[in-house]
Amino acid sequence: METLFAICIGFLTSCGVFLMLRGRTFPVVMGLTMLSYAVNLFIFSSGRLNLKGAVVLGTSESYADPLPQALVLTAIVIGFAMTAFLVILAIRARADLGNDHVDGSMPDARPAKKERQK
Amino acid sequence: MNHLVVIPILLPMLTALLIMLPPVHYSPWRRRLVSMVSTVLLLLVSVTLLFQILADGMTFYAVGNWVPPFGIIMVADLVSAIMLCLTAFLAVGAVFYGSAGEDERGSFFHPLFQFQLMGINGAFLTGDLFNLFVFFEVLLIASYALLIHAGGKNKTKAAVHYVVLNLTGSAIFLLALAVLYGSLGTLNIADMALKVADLPPDNQILVKVGGLMLLIVFGLKAAILPLQFWLPATYSSASAPVAALFAVMTKIGVYALLRVFTTIFGEQAGPLAGLATNLMWVFGLATLFLGALGVLASKDFRKLVANLVLVSVGSLVAMVAFQNTAANAAILYYTVHSTLICGALFLLADLIAIQRGKAGDRLVAARRVSQPVLLGGLFVFAAISVAGLPPFSGFIGKLMLLQAAVGSDKQFWLWSFLLLCSLMVLVGLSRAGSTLFWRVSGMQKADERALPLQVFAVFWLLSASILMMVFAGPLTELGFAGATQLGDVIQTIRTILPASGVSL
Repeated sequence: METLFAICIGFLTSCGVFLMLRGRTFPVVMGLTMLSYAVNLFIFSSGRLNLKGAVVLGTSESYADPLPQALVLTAIVIGFAMTAFLVILAIRARADLGNDHVDGSMPDARPAKKERQK
Repeated sequence: MNHLVVIPILLPMLTALLIMLPPVHYSPWRRRLVSMVSTVLLLLVSVTLLFQILADGMTFYAVGNWVPPFGIIMVADLVSAIMLCLTAFLAVGAVFYGSAGEDERGSFFHPLFQFQLMGINGAFLTGDLFNLFVFFEVLLIASYALLIHAGGKNKTKAAVHYVVLNLTGSAIFLLALAVLYGSLGTLNIADMALKVADLPPDNQILVKVGGLMLLIVFGLKAAILPLQFWLPATYSSASAPVAALFAVMTKIGVYALLRVFTTIFGEQAGPLAGLATNLMWVFGLATLFLGALGVLASKDFRKLVANLVLVSVGSLVAMVAFQNTAANAAILYYTVHSTLICGALFLLADLIAIQRGKAGDRLVAARRVSQPVLLGGLFVFAAISVAGLPPFSGFIGKLMLLQAAVGSDKQFWLWSFLLLCSLMVLVGLSRAGSTLFWRVSGMQKADERALPLQVFAVFWLLSASILMMVFAGPLTELGFAGATQLGDVIQTIRTILPASGVSL
């Protein structure tokens, strides 16, 4: 279970980082979302992974740490709000700047033209 | 229990809610009045808290009465009280300036401003690392919205970078917290300090990774070298009162560095003591130099002031690396001075830009400002203070920074970098000042005059420089008392966790 969990987190993180390095705002938003999923899973694992652990005392033989679960809930809510804000901001930037590049202008296409002339 | 500790968080939050209610919300002057009165009240509360802590020592507030290390606590010691007073003082200037008309150029200026104050105060008061993350997010989401206040292409562009960077920073912050929780089993700062001291060797490397990830996050907030590229664009595109309030945001990063790397990874931390001090030292000095270069190279005045923020952050972060009482006292004094003067300069830059018509704050020849004596006088005063020339607070602050390094092996580097950068700042400021006020074309003067509220706000912030000069004695003593309290980790642990049985 640990291996699968670790692979999941690693895969999500690498996808997130790759997408965040893209030039347009939409992939960047997707990348941040994936990264926050990976982070949430990672926080969850900081309370150790176990099956059928209860969080209320006196109800079970094995217990799970309730604090990471509370932390994850907070992180999810905050991440969700931030992503919503970023989506709106990206739409606003598309309207204000006339394109959806994170730098506000598409990269210069001139070098490519020069190569063609050669 | 002492309820005064949570009032600096509750007051701005309730004010923000009150401003959004219909009887207040529909009249611009009622909104302004409520916001201004509440900010002045916040200043009074912060000062009261400061005096109370001076009299009774550090205190904490357990939310929901959960005894630490369980539950969330707010800790008020001298350092956080000083930062609260600084924030409230700066906020009074910013909100008065904003109330002169800037607030009507977009919606919800005052509620967002108060929410941001709530986040900043919370970040200074919290005694729990996860709660620090939450308050960071509160102040960040308010700052995202404030940054694009009044709109415009530049603001949107800067905001996209700022939001994406800070969301990435938050993700790294959470990763660091998870690593630290997984290895230490707690997120209460005092409890972490206790647990780090006797850490099993297997977990050392994990805690080290967590600590260094926190360095990345706080470095991003404080804008130290490899992570500072967002700052000049963001600060120079924000509207004036917002930029003035943002002047304290980088200092939150410095405060968090100070808190984490002296309390948790201080000298009692065993093998992890002094974690990351070398990194902070090198990158702090590099930021200082880069900021000074930026001051020389800036093509408009607001960029120049934003680079001045970098200069102050660079010198503060380099001082955090010293980890002794004299250095921490110097940090406290210099933080207060540099934040207030940079805030005043952002406001002044806006006043000058309005009166120069189309040229705005670009450093080119343009028409004469309509109030050259007033604005020029304020500029000279602020420039002398920020460059560190005698007799104002900048001189005393720089002197404390320099004195803290006497006798250590870092003295040569700190003195040479700090003094060289002061010279560069002085050259940059005199170039900017002579261009703004003397290189005037023959065009007629503008009609715009600075409004009384705006002038009052700038005077208010600059008066701090004089007050800090006149009361330099008591204030340095206060700084030393704060630094001693910050360095006395054992006393902190005994106050917050009396059951832990730590003895002197």
